[in-house]
Amino acid sequence: MRLTINGVGQELDLDIRTSLLDALRDHLALTGTKKGCDHGQCGACTVLINGRRVNSCLTLAVMHEDDEITTIEGLGQPGNLHPMQESFLQHDGFQCGYCTPGQIVSAVGMLDEAKKGWPSHASKDLDGTVSLDNAEISERMSGNICRCSAYPNIVDAIRDVNEKGAA
Amino acid sequence: MSEHTIQMDKPIGETRLDRRVQDVIGKGVARHEGPLKVSGRATYAYENLAGDGKNVAYGFIVTSTIGAGKIKRIDAVAALGKAGVLHVVTDSDGPRASADPGDKKPTAINGQITHYGQPVALVVAESFETARDAAKLVTVEYEPTEGTYALEDAQDKAFDPGQGVMPSIVKKGDFDKGFAAAEIKFDQTYTTTSQSHSAMEPHACVAEWNGDELTLYGCYQLVSTNVGQLAAALGIDKSHIRMVNPYIGGGFGGKLGIGPESVFAAKAAKVVGRPVKLALTRQQVYQDTSRRTDTIQRIRIGCDRNGVINAISHDTLCGNTPGDTVFEPAGISTVFLYDGENRLITHRLAEVNVVLASAMRAPGEAVGMLALENAMDELAEQLGIDPIELRKRNEPKVDPQDGKPFSSRMLVECMEEGAKRFGWADRSKVPGARREGEWLIGTGMAAASRKNLLQKASAKVELRPDGSATIETDMTDIGTGTYTILSQIAAEMLGLPLDKVAVTLGDSDLPQAPGSGGSWGANSSGSSVYAACEGIIEKIAAKLGVEPAGLTLKDGTVIADNKQTALTELLAGEPITVTGTFKPGDAFKGTHQASYGAHFCEVAVNAVTGETRVRRLMTVAAAGRILNEKTATSQSYGGQIFGIGATLTEELVVDPRTGLIVNHDLAEYHVPVNADVPQLEVVFLDERDHAASPLASKGIGELALSGVGAAISNAIHNATGIRLRDYPMTLDKVLAGWAAGKQAA
Ligand code: FES
Ligand code: FES
Repeated sequence: MRLTINGVGQELDLDIRTSLLDALRDHLALTGTKKGCDHGQCGACTVLINGRRVNSCLTLAVMHEDDEITTIEGLGQPGNLHPMQESFLQHDGFQCGYCTPGQIVSAVGMLDEAKKGWPSHASKDLDGTVSLDNAEISERMSGNICRCSAYPNIVDAIRDVNEKGAA
Repeated sequence: MSEHTIQMDKPIGETRLDRRVQDVIGKGVARHEGPLKVSGRATYAYENLAGDGKNVAYGFIVTSTIGAGKIKRIDAVAALGKAGVLHVVTDSDGPRASADPGDKKPTAINGQITHYGQPVALVVAESFETARDAAKLVTVEYEPTEGTYALEDAQDKAFDPGQGVMPSIVKKGDFDKGFAAAEIKFDQTYTTTSQSHSAMEPHACVAEWNGDELTLYGCYQLVSTNVGQLAAALGIDKSHIRMVNPYIGGGFGGKLGIGPESVFAAKAAKVVGRPVKLALTRQQVYQDTSRRTDTIQRIRIGCDRNGVINAISHDTLCGNTPGDTVFEPAGISTVFLYDGENRLITHRLAEVNVVLASAMRAPGEAVGMLALENAMDELAEQLGIDPIELRKRNEPKVDPQDGKPFSSRMLVECMEEGAKRFGWADRSKVPGARREGEWLIGTGMAAASRKNLLQKASAKVELRPDGSATIETDMTDIGTGTYTILSQIAAEMLGLPLDKVAVTLGDSDLPQAPGSGGSWGANSSGSSVYAACEGIIEKIAAKLGVEPAGLTLKDGTVIADNKQTALTELLAGEPITVTGTFKPGDAFKGTHQASYGAHFCEVAVNAVTGETRVRRLMTVAAAGRILNEKTATSQSYGGQIFGIGATLTEELVVDPRTGLIVNHDLAEYHVPVNADVPQLEVVFLDERDHAASPLASKGIGELALSGVGAAISNAIHNATGIRLRDYPMTLDKVLAGWAAGKQAA
C-alpha cells in the first residue's frame, strides 16, 4: 500500500490489521507519534489527516491510501521548530514529553477548527467566531491527557501562539 | 581521571551557587532536552531499534483470568502453530508483577495466581498483530482458590509489617493516657481508595542479546537498582547487563521496580536469537505492574479548648499481595508536623489478592495528609478556631518525636504568605454561605510537608579543551528536569554558558546515582555534579598556583590574581575529568529535614448534581534553593493536579468477586484532563537549607501533592457544610451527604 506522510510517499507491505499508529512506529520508524492507550482514550497518538486531528490508534493504515498525513516530525525539527513546538518549549508545556507530540499536533489541528468557527462545549454561541480563552482551549484540548499535568502551561503555550497568529 | 567526594557532615556555608557569577542557577531556562521532546525526536524505550534492519520480534503478554489459585497447565500448542509465532515463554520464574524498589528481585509466579490479570506467559512473533492474536490462543488451566479482594474483608488478619521506609510503629509518651485525660477528644476515620500511577508511557522495553551480554532499553526510574533486579530475575551477573533509559515517559513511582515486561522480553530474546520489543497494553499496566494501596486511617487528637495538642495518633491499615510486605507510610508527617507530648503512629498490613501495592508519588504523605489535614480542619471548626491559627498553636520548635532541630522549617511563613495572597481573611466561616446560581462556593486550606531524602550519588564531569563540559551519570529524568538542573549547576560552578554543557543520563555504564524517586534526585545527583565541579576547580587552581577560593569562573574564563585567562588556553588541549561523589553524612542525621508548604483552594460545588469544580488552587512552598524556577513550578503544578485527581475522581475499582480491576483504562480511571484544571498558582519562598545539601535545596516534586487534596475537601466542606471522609469525593457522596443532612434535620 502507499501512504503519504509529511509529504513523502512510502510503499509498504503491511498486515491489514496494522493501525496507522503502528504503521508509523513499527514500520516507518516515525516514533514521534506515541502510543499511550491504543484505545482512543489519551490522544498521545494524534496526527493530522488532511489537516484534521485524528487518533491514529483508532484507524487502520490501509484506510489512508489517498490521504495526506502529518506527524510531529513533519511540523518541525530542532533548530527549525514549528511555532507551536517553540511555544511548548518556552512555556514548559511538558515534563516527561510522552504526551507532547500528541498535544502539539492536536493544538495545531484545534486552532484550525477554531478558525473555522467550530463550537465546543465551552462556547457561548453555536455559530459565529470562536474566541479562544482559557476555558475554550482547555475544553478543546481535553482529549489529550497529560499525567505529568502540564495543563496550565499547555494552555499558555497555545494561547500565545493563537494570539500571535503564528500558526 | 580523578575523584572528588563530599561527605556532608556539617552544613556547607556560602558557595559559588550563592555568588551566582554566571547567573544561571535558579533561572527558569527552557528544558535542556526540550527541543528533542517537542519535535518527537527523544527516543523512549519501545522506540529503540526502530527501522534499523535489526529483525526485531514483538512480544505480547498473556494474563490470568482468575484472581487467586494455582496454574495447572499452560497449553501453547495452538499459539505456536500460528504462522509467524516464534516462541512462547511459559516459565514460572517470570515475575507476577513489577518489583518493589526494595526487592532484590521481582517475586516470581511460581505456579501461583495471586491477583487477576497476572502475567502467565509471553508470546513472541514476527509482528505485533500476530503476537496479539496468538496470545488469545494460549490456554491456561487453573485450580482456583478463594481470594480476598477487599481490604475491609482482610482487616481481621492484619499484621505489623515491621520496618519499611519508616518504622511501622512510632511512639512517644503514653498516648492512651494523654488522650483519655484530654478536654477535647477528636476521633475520626478516613478512607482512601487504590490509585494508579498511570504514566502516559506504558511500561515497555527492547531486549537485545549479544552473546551473553544483554542490552535492555527500558523506562525505569532507578537504573542501578533495576539492573540488579533484572540480573537476579534472569540468574545472571549484573555485569552482563547494560540498561539504557535516557527518556522515560513518566514514572510517579510506577517504574521504580523492574517490570514483568523486561524479564519476559529478555528471556524470549535469548531463545529466539533476535531483539524482542514489548509494551504492556494500558490494561496490563493497571493489572500487572503496581498501584497505591487503599487505606483506612484513624486519626485521634486530644487537646485543650484552645486547641493545644497533648495527644496525637494516626493508625493506618493498608493492603498488599500475599508475600509483599511493603506498607504505605501514611503516618510519616504525623510524626513531626504538630507538637504534642503523647504520640502514637501505627501501620498495619493485610493480605489481599490485588496487584502489588508499592510507592506512588509522595508515598505516605499523599494519602496520609488527606486524613490528617482533613482532621485538623474538622477540629478547628469544632473548636471555633481559624484553621491556620490552630496549626500555629501546635507549631513545634524541634522535632516533637526525638527533639532534633529542624534544618529549616517555614510552615508558618508559608501559611501566612498564602493567606495574604489568597485573601483568606475574606473567607466565610459559616459553611454554605456563598452561592452563585447553581454553584456553592467555598474555600479551604491545608498544610504540606514532605520528608527530605538524600542518597549517595556519583557523576562524571569533564571540562574539555574546547571550553565545553559534559556530565555523565546513570541518573534518570522522568520529566522532573534532571537534564536541565544538572546543566545549570555545572554551568554556574564552572562559569560556562549553558549551551556549552551537555548531559548524558540513564545509562548503566555511567557513574551511579540513586535515580528518580522520593524527590531525592535533584539534590543527591545535583550534589554529585557539584562535587565533581569542585574537583575540577581545584585542578584549575593548582595549574594557576592559587587557592581554589581565589578563583572566579565566568563565561569560559578564569579570573585569579586580577588576571583573566580563557579556559581553552589554560587547558592547552588537555581535558580535566573528575568523578564527583556526594554522601549524606552527620548533617543529615543530626537534623530533621523536610520541605514545607501551604495549600489554599476555592471550589464550586453544584447544588443540583453535587459535582465539584476546583476554581482556584494556590500552593506556597519552601523547599530550599529552587534550582530552576520553571521546572520546579511545573513539578508543583503536577503535584497539585495529582491531588485534584486523588481527591475528586481517581479510584481503582476492584470487582469483589474476581479481583478484576474493572476500570483498567484511561477512559474509566479518571485522571484529571485539561478542563478539570484551572490556572494554578505556585509561590516559592526564598529559603536556603545549608544542612540539606551543598545545593541548599530540598525535594520539591512531591511536596505540592502532600496535603493538597485536604485543602480541596476542606473547601468542599466550607461550600456545602458536608464533611466527607471517604476519598475520592465524587458527586454521589456529596449528594448522599445532603440526603443524610436532610434526614437528620
Ligand atoms: S494511543 Fe491513541 S488515543 Fe491513546
Ligand atoms: S508531559 Fe508527561 S504526560 Fe504530558
